[in-house]
Amino acid sequence: MEMELKLDKEHQLSFMQGVRDCIPTLLGYIGIGFAAGVVGNSAHLSIMEIGLLSALVYAGASQFIFCAMLAAMSPPSAIIATVFIVNLRHFLMSAALSTHFTRYSLLNNIGIGALLTDESFGVASLRTSKGLPLSDRWMNGLNITAYLTWIAACVAGGWLGSWIGNPEALGFDYALTAMFVALLVLQLVALPSSKLRYYLMLVVYTAMAVYIFSAFFSSYIAVLLATMVCAAIGAVAEK
Amino acid sequence: MKVDLNILLIILCCAIVTFIPRILPFVAIRKLKLPAPVVKWLTYIPVCLLTALIVQKAIQPIESFPALPAIDWAYIIITIPTLLTALISKSLLLTVLVGIVTAALVRFIF
Repeated sequence: MEMELKLDKEHQLSFMQGVRDCIPTLLGYIGIGFAAGVVGNSAHLSIMEIGLLSALVYAGASQFIFCAMLAAMSPPSAIIATVFIVNLRHFLMSAALSTHFTRYSLLNNIGIGALLTDESFGVASLRTSKGLPLSDRWMNGLNITAYLTWIAACVAGGWLGSWIGNPEALGFDYALTAMFVALLVLQLVALPSSKLRYYLMLVVYTAMAVYIFSAFFSSYIAVLLATMVCAAIGAVAEK
Repeated sequence: MKVDLNILLIILCCAIVTFIPRILPFVAIRKLKLPAPVVKWLTYIPVCLLTALIVQKAIQPIESFPALPAIDWAYIIITIPTLLTALISKSLLLTVLVGIVTAALVRFIF
């Protein structure tokens, strides 16, 4: 019986299951990717450049900033430094996830890390917070589906960009935040009620910390600092 | 279908600085056994990071530091129905749909 259950769990963690678990998040990638393509178009990038940007940098916020700074004629060094800071949060996400993949090969680990996004991290940590296992095939299914959808959405946005005008008026840019809201709520409702209060308190602390840090640092640094400090409070104050 | 060499070089540099923080923990953590407090700290990262990313967008960027940042109220109004949808439906897809439609509506009205 127990053996069967274990086999069943392994079986559910196929590449195809990763693809299926990615589907609910695809609208978020499509909305933001499309918007990123439109912005790329308005920054006078060619479709090929938009495609390269989305395939090589593969990070929504960075692509928006890349286009905005390029349009504002910022020096390349400033663009690269800003992209680096905006994406530093990936380090935290990778660190949190990597502990679940130590049994796989180095190359496999690099592949998983290279395609990690806020959303794929959210979906994966939703599984771990429920005590469910992760597998490399599942993670690759999740990551690769998101990656291909993202590139297609960016290129489509770049192609149709000249007809769209302002993607913000259509609410596309909000898709990412809506996804974060849903992922956070799903994480919290999966908690046992004894832990929920504790986590809600951390949510409040983090919100306050972001506001306070925003008074002194750029918003991306504020996010990093608030996350690191409040996760530390969570770990230290835990009974 | 042209690719400007300068832009290509900036894209490549951006790709490198994005790639490194993404893969570094995956390369490093395999080698070493993390101490228990660090593992505990890492388990709190998802909730704190998601919260921070949501709250970040509610704060207007400021020009010179330090200064008390202003709140983006339109963003908070958009987030209320989005949050309620997530709580009631527990569906990623529905939450994103409601979020996009609400954002478009709120920006149309204001």
